[in-house]
Formats: sequence, structure tokens, C-alpha cells
Amino acid sequence: MTWSLLIEQSFNGLQLGLMLFLMAVGVTLVFGIMRVINLAHGSMFMIGGYALVATFAATRSYWLAVPLALVAVLIVAAILEILVLRPLYKRELLDQVLATFGLTLFFNELVVVIWGRIPLNLTIPAFLDGHVEIFPGIAYPVYRLAITAVAVVVGVMLFWLITRTRLGALIRAGSDKREIVEALGVNIGLLYTLIFGLGAALAGLAGMMTGPLLSIESGMGDPILILTLVVIVIGGVGSVRGALVGGLLVGLFDTFSRVLIPQFFGVGAGSALVGMAVYVLMAIVLVFSRTGLFAAHRG
Amino acid sequence: MGLNRRTLLHAALLLIALAVPLTGNIYYTRFATQIAIYGMAALSVDLLLGFAGLVTFGQAAFFGVGAYAAGMLSVAGWTDAFIVWPAAVAVTMVCALVIGALALRTAGFQFIMVTLAFAQMIYYIGQSLRDYGGDNGFALPGRNHLDGLLTLRNHVTFYYVVLALLVLVLVVALRLVHSQFGMVIRGGRDNERRLAAIGFPPYRYKLVAFVIAGGIAGLAGALMANHASFVSPAIMSWQMSGELLAMVILGSPGTLIGPIFGAAIYLLFEQILSDYTEHWMLYFGPLLVVRVLFIREGLWGFLVRAFGAQEAPQAPPDLAGDAIPAASGSEGGGGR
Amino acid sequence: MSAALIEAVHLCKSFGALRATDDVSLTVERGEVHALIGPNGAGKTTLIGQLTGELKPDSGRIRFAGRDITALATADRARLGLARSFQITSIFNSFTAEGNVALAVQATDRHSFKLWHPAQRLERLRRPARQFLRELGLGARGAVIASGMSHGEHRQLELAMALATRPTLLLLDEPMAGLGSEESQAMMALLARLKGHYTMLLIEHDMDAVFSLADRISVLVAGRIIASGSAEEIRAHPEVRSAYLGEEDIGELDAQG
Repeated sequence: MTWSLLIEQSFNGLQLGLMLFLMAVGVTLVFGIMRVINLAHGSMFMIGGYALVATFAATRSYWLAVPLALVAVLIVAAILEILVLRPLYKRELLDQVLATFGLTLFFNELVVVIWGRIPLNLTIPAFLDGHVEIFPGIAYPVYRLAITAVAVVVGVMLFWLITRTRLGALIRAGSDKREIVEALGVNIGLLYTLIFGLGAALAGLAGMMTGPLLSIESGMGDPILILTLVVIVIGGVGSVRGALVGGLLVGLFDTFSRVLIPQFFGVGAGSALVGMAVYVLMAIVLVFSRTGLFAAHRG
Repeated sequence: MGLNRRTLLHAALLLIALAVPLTGNIYYTRFATQIAIYGMAALSVDLLLGFAGLVTFGQAAFFGVGAYAAGMLSVAGWTDAFIVWPAAVAVTMVCALVIGALALRTAGFQFIMVTLAFAQMIYYIGQSLRDYGGDNGFALPGRNHLDGLLTLRNHVTFYYVVLALLVLVLVVALRLVHSQFGMVIRGGRDNERRLAAIGFPPYRYKLVAFVIAGGIAGLAGALMANHASFVSPAIMSWQMSGELLAMVILGSPGTLIGPIFGAAIYLLFEQILSDYTEHWMLYFGPLLVVRVLFIREGLWGFLVRAFGAQEAPQAPPDLAGDAIPAASGSEGGGGR
Repeated sequence: MSAALIEAVHLCKSFGALRATDDVSLTVERGEVHALIGPNGAGKTTLIGQLTGELKPDSGRIRFAGRDITALATADRARLGLARSFQITSIFNSFTAEGNVALAVQATDRHSFKLWHPAQRLERLRRPARQFLRELGLGARGAVIASGMSHGEHRQLELAMALATRPTLLLLDEPMAGLGSEESQAMMALLARLKGHYTMLLIEHDMDAVFSLADRISVLVAGRIIASGSAEEIRAHPEVRSAYLGEEDIGELDAQG
């Protein structure tokens, strides 16, 4: 393991970790406050990617395309929240799992209907293309640095939102004391829609940013969703801090295991173990704390 | 067993199932075989979901392990079903023991995620098996045979064997949920706190149920490998786990027979809609959403009501409430 | 040897800054009815939770029949003879009344890994279940699904299930909660019948019941036992009178004399 590899992989791990953090915030808030498990979150990631493809094709400008795509994601999220999520708030876990799973199946097929099965490509904007020397002799893609920076900024904004604004206070209160929030005369329905929208926008943003690095295809959100759920198991349900710590842990662990395991175990056995690594981490955390590292409240 | 409408309904279903090959159309027979196999896998999910209250999003992993075990043994030269199938079940049960031991330390939301995650792990392992085709899977040299009794190359013979096993599994599962063990499991579903307070350690009992359900899924997997003479990681995907759950809810949870109907619905949907459009999932997804949000009962519950067959065969009501198959009303609701 | 059936020794439990259980030592002697009273928020639920094993104390020990059970799980304590009824009804809602009690009877088997024979047909479980139901006035209601029973019947069922596990200690958490006056009288009569056959730790707000049934009373206020003794001692205890019993209650008490 050379220095340059170590630094490069650290940055990669950080980037993956922050993407997972953006995803996990949506799921953990929605579950912590509205008590709904939303498996269609991965679809928001995917829709973000496809939306950007569409808006970029229409406007040919990233500065226009990204905000427009975010708006598109928000619209889809709002419709979803009103039609499907609202009835689910009162329902048991199984119903929520099945309904949101059904949505995932639907969306995975919908994008095929609209855009076909062939994976699409998002090109990296020209001004973010290329490499930069982050340390002497170590070149790192500008784009990856840029999205890491964006994720950090978004994270700081989230932190500010949750700790310093009225909405944030409502979010924190809503996760423990729903009745009090209602008694304050706050429109709970609107609050829930906003929270859901926020989570979906974060997922969509993650999808847009990661898009150029992956390919945009049906089902692209599914493996991300599963990793996100692992992050939440590790970080603790309902905790934004847990989403951050869990995200970074999983991001770094996954990245390094992909590099180190084949070195130690060879390519054959290696590839099986690489897939397993994150789940072994999850199992270890579970052995020590069955509610994760920062559970906001029990179950 | 009293001769009442419910018994007649069961008998009618059995007769229909037995009569399928008599149509002479091998395609129907193969289709019915598929329904039976998926039905068995879905039944294993219902055992956990409808009776133990365990929402598992990872049962496809056990389905897949059973299939891979049967497939790998067959490729290695073991073709006697009397050896291969029990071996596949045994391997699956060991997996279920390990996964269950960890997963059952959690509950609710976490349990769903943990079962999903472990299943995904097994999926990745399957994809990484280069010697067995990796992501593409591998073909079996041919069906297993029941040594000394039957070859199973004939689709009709195979179907009857699968059907017999399905009925056997159904009988075993029914006995299980009515047994003392079943009472503990069903009590735990209603109120785990109370269960512990009277002296039953919940974890142990749930683990045994989890392992048994895993074994049933493993048997279904071994049969699947034989049915298609092919095995690939796709049957271990989390989508498959979700589809098994969907079959249970569409068919009626908590009934054991319902899931078999759910499997039929799923496969028929796929078959019939595929003639019109390749995008049948575009309709299945919303169907699932509609069923969950707006429809009170699954297909089996509906049929039971439609035929006026709510009364269970046994005279006094079951100690644990409505006997299975459940009449509408105890529809997966129970106590929370 | 020791007359104590269950002992809490210097139990402490805190939730953050809140000391829910503050160095509590309590002894319940064999054969006695020991009442635990205290205002709401005094920490009774937390204490019960630690005795039954649902909560882990931060420090201190719990002994049952001389044996240290501090590390023992709830189910294991139940199998040793510690039965509990819940303040908020906690039964198997989808089971029949008979089914609820039969499952409690079944819990006395060494294990229930019996996977084949229908429990339905086991008279050795059903007969005692029906017996307990009759003793508690639910004889005719055996076949009713528990979720369809009235609140009063639920309280009776709670007690029936606790008795069906053939315990030595009954930990009764507000058995009369939510009962009307007639039902309360019936429950009190029931408990009076059980007195002497079972050791009881009774948590109750109903002072009638407490003073007529209890051999000894302990008073829990803000996580501490401020007094423990006979009914007369408690009635006269100045701290108890000021901390817990309001003016009307004192008047009532003195009237009961």
C-alpha cells in the first residue's frame, strides 16, 4: 500500500461515505419522524440521475439542468408522498415495506419505458474534468473533489437547518413528541411532506452527482439503497449523526476492502469477500449494540 | 375431520391440481410446477410473516442456497435426489441458523434491513462464483432422479413429485402452527413481552422457526434447480425476496395456502401480461401498492368467503383464534 | 433459611440525569402480602422492571429464594417462580381467553419444542386453563377472543395467566387499574383469597385494597424508599403523610383507623 494509493482511496472512501450520508439522511429522518420505512428511496437516487440526463439534454447547461432536475425530483416526491406515503403512516411495517417495494418495481420499469434499457451516460462538465495535484505527485480527479465539496456543504447546511432553524427544531421534536408538535398548531401534514421532499432531494442530488461515475440505468438505486440501509443499521435509526458516522464508516470500509482484500486473498476468493466486507462490519456492530451506534430512540 | 365447506374447498383444489397434466398440454404442467415451487417458497415466508410476525426481506437467499447446493452437487456427479435434496435442505438450514442467530437479535425495521443485507451478501457470493458461471449462472447436467424409484426427466412425473412435496410441506407446516411450538410462536407475534413474562425465551423459539422456514425455502430452491435445470444468482436477489413477500400478501398472509395462490397470481400476471407488453412490472408494482393500501384481504381469504367456507374443519375454535386458513378479519392483523 | 423470597439490595438505576431508582433495598418475605405505594413518577415501574428482568440495574443485586438473579433474563426468572401481571393489559390479543391461560400453563413444561401434536387437543393444558378461568370468574368466557373482552375481564385474565404459571411470587402491577367499584370489590376479594397461598408484591393506588390486604407496606418517593413497615406504622409516618398522602387521604386513613 503506497502513500498515493492510501490517499487516493481515502478520498474515494470519503466521497462514497458522504454520498451514503446524503442518502441515509432521507431514510433515517423519514423513519425516525414519520415511522415509515421507505424502500423507494433508491428510486429517488435513480430518478435524480435520469432527470439530470433529461434536463441537460434540454438545456445543454449544467447550471440550469441541475436545479431543474432537483425540481423534477421534488415534484415526483411530493406526488408520491401524498398518494402513497400518507396512507402508510398509520400502517404496520409490512404494509410500508410492500407498498414502497411495489413503487421501486414500478419506477425501475418506468425508466425503461421512457428511456429504454441501454444505460445512459452523463458526461462530466468540462470545467470539472481532469485531474489536480492534491499532494505532490498525487493526482486526483477534479470531479470527485467537487462532489465531495458539495456533499460537505450540503452537510453543513443540513446541520444548520436542524440545529438552528424552527423547521429543524420541529424535525427534532417531531421524532420524539409528535403530539406536542401538533399541539403547537403546526401543520403536521405539510411538515411531513417537507421532510420527505428534503430526503428525496438529497437522494436525487446524490444520484445526479454520482451519475457521471456510474452509468444511468434501471435499478441503479437498488445497491445504493441496500448500502444505505446498512449505514442506518450501523449508525442507528433516526439519527442524523449516525447517518454521517455510519456513512463514513461504510464508505471507507467498503472502499478499502475493495482494494486490500484482493491483494491479500487473490482475485478469486477476493471478489466474494469484497462484497461481504460491509455486511461483516454490520454484523460486528450488531453484536455490540443491537440498535446501532447512535439510536435516537428504540426501534 | 368434519365434512364441511372448507374441506370441500381444499379437496376441490387438490383435484384441480392433480388434473392439470390431464389436459395433455405440457406447458400447463410446467407452469403448474413453477407455481408449486414458488408457492412452497412463499409458504416459508408466510410461516415467518403470518405466524411469527417476522417480516423477512431475505428469504430468497435460502431459496438460492438450496438451488445452488442442489446444482453444485449435481454438477459434481451426485444425482440421486434422495441424497441431493436433503443435503440442500441441510445446507440451507445451517445458513439460516447463522443468519438467524444474528438477525433475530434485532426486531422490526432493523430486522428487515438485516435480513435484506445478509441476503444481499449471499447474492454477491453467488455472483462471485466464477466456476459456476458468476452472474450468468450454470446449467445442471439433468434432473436428479429418485434412486430406485423414478427418473424425473418426464415433466409430468416431476410435477407430481413436486406437488406431493408441496402437500407434505403444507401438512407439516399446518401441524407446526397448531402445535405447542406453534402456540409459542403465535403468542410471540401478539406480545413478545408477555411471552417472556410467562417463561418462554422468545429468541430461541424464533430461531427454530427461522431455521425451519429456511429449510423449506431450501427445498423449494432444490426443486427449482431441477425444474429449470439451471441456477443463477437472480433467484437470490432482494427483488426476489420482495416478490415472495408480495406473493404472501396477494394470496392472504397467515394462511399457508394463501401464498400458493399468491404465487399463482404473480406468475399468471407475468405470463399473461408478457404477451402484451414486456413492461408487465409497470402494472405489477401498482397492483401491489393497491392491494396494500386499498384491498382488505388476499385472494385466498376472498375465495374462502366467497364459498361461504369460513368455518374451520375442527369444531371448537382454535386456542389461538381463528384457525387457518383464516377467514377475513384475522387477516395478518392480529395484535401488533 | 432466610424468610425473604425476593430481595432488592441497593438497587440504582438512572436515565441520564434522572435517578429513577435511588439505592432501593426492599425485602418481601415468604407468605406475606407486601404493598408498594407511591405517587406517580416515583419510579415504581422502573423498580418492577428491574425485578422482572426487563431493565438492567446500574448497580445493586436482586435475590430470589436466596439465589442471585440480577443477571437472569425475564423468562428465566418466570421459570423460577416469579410471575407478573401488567399494569397496562398485556395479553395475547388474537388468542381466546382459554388459549391465553393454556399458553401460560404450557410455559411450565420443561420446553415447548414440540412440533407436531395439536395443542388444541391437549387436555392436560386445557383443563387447568379452564380451572383458572373459573376461579377468576371467567368460566363462561373461555372461547371468547381476548381482544373482544372488556377491560375488567382483561384484568382478570392478567391474573389468571400469572397464576397459571404456578409461581411462588406474584408481582401484581396495579391489578385494579381502571376497574369500577363493583369490579374492584370482586378483585379485592379474589386477592384476599390468594393471600397466604402466594407471596405477593402488590403495587396499587387503591388505598382500600392496600390497607386491607397488605401485611407490610413500603413507600417509594422519587426513587427512594422513605418508609417500610406495618400498616399502622405507615399511616402514622410523618414523611409519608406529607410526601404522599394528601389531606383527604389522611382524613380517609384516620377514618379507617
